[in-house]
Amino acid sequence: MKRSSYLDRRGFLAVSGAAGSLACSKAGRRWRFFTDQEAATAAALCDQIIPPDEDPGAAQTGAVEFLDRQLKGHYRHWQQAYREGLREIDQAARAKFGKPFASLGAAEQLELVREREKTPFFRLITDHTMQSFYGDPRHGGNRDFASWRMLGIAHPPVRGRQQYDLRRPK
Amino acid sequence: MALQHVDAVVIGSGAGGGIVAKELAAAGMSVMLLERGRWLSPYECAKDDLRNQRTSVLGASFGPEDEGNPRVKVNRDGSEEIVHPSRGAYHNNAMCVGGGTASYGAMAWRFMAQDFRMRSIYGAVEGSTLEDWPIGYDDLEPYYEKAEYELGVSGDVEPDPFKAPRRKPLPMPPLAPNLEYRILKPAALRLGLHPFDIPMLRNSVPYDGRGVCMRCRWCVGFACEVNAKNGTQNTVIPKALATGRCELRTRAVAKEILLTAQGKVRGVAYIDESDRLQEQTADLVVVSCGAIESARLLLNSKSRLFPRGIGNNYDWVGRNLQGHTYTGANGLLPFDCYDDVGPGAGIAICDYAHGNPGLVGGGMLCNEFIRLPYQYLGRMPPWVPAWGKEHKDFVRKWYRRTINVQGPVQELPVFDSRVQVDPKVKDRWGIPVARLSGYKHRHTLEIADFLSRRAEEWVKEAGAIRTWRRVPNDDLSAGQHQAGTCRMGDDPKTSVVDRYCRVHDVENLYVVDASVHVTNGAFNPVLTIMAIAYWASAHILRTRS
Repeated sequence: MKRSSYLDRRGFLAVSGAAGSLACSKAGRRWRFFTDQEAATAAALCDQIIPPDEDPGAAQTGAVEFLDRQLKGHYRHWQQAYREGLREIDQAARAKFGKPFASLGAAEQLELVREREKTPFFRLITDHTMQSFYGDPRHGGNRDFASWRMLGIAHPPVRGRQQYDLRRPK
Repeated sequence: MALQHVDAVVIGSGAGGGIVAKELAAAGMSVMLLERGRWLSPYECAKDDLRNQRTSVLGASFGPEDEGNPRVKVNRDGSEEIVHPSRGAYHNNAMCVGGGTASYGAMAWRFMAQDFRMRSIYGAVEGSTLEDWPIGYDDLEPYYEKAEYELGVSGDVEPDPFKAPRRKPLPMPPLAPNLEYRILKPAALRLGLHPFDIPMLRNSVPYDGRGVCMRCRWCVGFACEVNAKNGTQNTVIPKALATGRCELRTRAVAKEILLTAQGKVRGVAYIDESDRLQEQTADLVVVSCGAIESARLLLNSKSRLFPRGIGNNYDWVGRNLQGHTYTGANGLLPFDCYDDVGPGAGIAICDYAHGNPGLVGGGMLCNEFIRLPYQYLGRMPPWVPAWGKEHKDFVRKWYRRTINVQGPVQELPVFDSRVQVDPKVKDRWGIPVARLSGYKHRHTLEIADFLSRRAEEWVKEAGAIRTWRRVPNDDLSAGQHQAGTCRMGDDPKTSVVDRYCRVHDVENLYVVDASVHVTNGAFNPVLTIMAIAYWASAHILRTRS
């Protein structure tokens, strides 16, 4: 069975780059909220929620970037829920399989997720992952209009026929 | 510094207040229009699936901000929680110039004649304060017409045999039907129903200097960037300002209605955009803040004559909070039915609005507004897992093949569903906040069940191979269609305002919004709010001259 897509392609390059930059200055850090380990766990979880197939999965389209940004913004009151929820599933992975959650095969990840699918944290990250994937790309998810392409609807958005410039006024 | 005295101060620039301000200013009165929100610019008409009026998971983009504007929600089990505007339990409408009309779906329904006489037609209902209005459809008919023509309504209601009599047709023809409409119409006819084109405050042809709907996906819940959706912010308010006699003051938060020792209103205290307390004196005050905030303002205006809040000596202010219980059915079709052409909703039937055996009232049914992908996820069938491969497969396969019919149930008003002011929680200006509690009447849910089955029949006839119904819970109803909290009536002991929206026992205080609705019809209430605003304005001008 295919391994977690997070370790495929673009996502892998991005995160390995972030890990490599840990020694660098804080300004070079990739995440606003997550640690690299949390980001890796979140990416694997997001790909369980919306897995890649013939269309991109959640992580590849920026779900972790979306979560990371919102957790420093509108979702800041859920910071603790994320810290605890991600740690819990990662610890469970190490206890049961001897490896971090993000390094497990898809079947092992699925087993751990199934055990947790009724928990408040999993419901929360499921909803947020859906927002990321199916929502507006401006928030960091749905990169390259991936879900809108998948559904066959107009992208980028039709814009108006006003005389105004719709960019933020200076 | 004292502000210059005006003839009238109108609090709230939504469907009701915008019209009153324009009517009074056009007739020569000086008007101060206070709005707690801002006037949104084209930049803010962002097409954002996660931050709009309907889906506010990343914030309520039409106001208010999450910070500093709490409400208290009392749950069915008696527990209390503080809720913020971007959450559903807040029952937010909008707080900006135009109020809800800046972002609404813009259905422009007249209530049916029966909707004003619910008690006479159906009798008393246990556990409900169901009552007739003191006015009837005939009283409002000329004002419905005025709203349709001054703001602009498109559609074609002629094929609806259940509609109340009207003197003139709608000013604009309907928009061309979308794919869903073309599938649902023959199905309705085969069932012996009477489908017609939903009346909409939306331009299908150029009207009053504004252009035509561009049929985009971001309609309900968004400001229209081509100004083809007609709210008060782009129709009557600019006309009010153009008289030179109306001043619009934004980010002005009303705190309290001020009374003289003799029990006459002398003005309003409000917080201005720099957080300074101001007093605006006026000959008369019109409260148009929506059913929750209007009640809150009255309850927060305590005095020796009105120790429980102005107009509240008989404990009716804030009572009978209601909205609409939406119900309906979804179906999966073996072919595409979604063509991504806005505004989406276009076809309706009123066959089940009244006259259903054993039921008190009923509801209109129509197809749903345009389908944002994230919104679609909220309507998934119960047999599909909430996540994973199966979920994604379902969305991909059925997004364009799901058909939806739904409608608003006319609710049975409940005395214990109400707005109070919270004894402890205050907003960022120190004003006690709204405290919401209550539930839906049991019979409202029975009507919802009936109506969802009729919707299911319609989508099945349209070719659905599998269907599921939308079943509402009994939690408090209010939201965008919030109404009922300052009931209109002839008896001061069982109502808050008289038939002209004047607060009983206070000769120069009016409430003009859906607060005055005795019952809320089986329709989106905005055109009725507008008609009542014209009706009340005419009375104000008549009594003044």
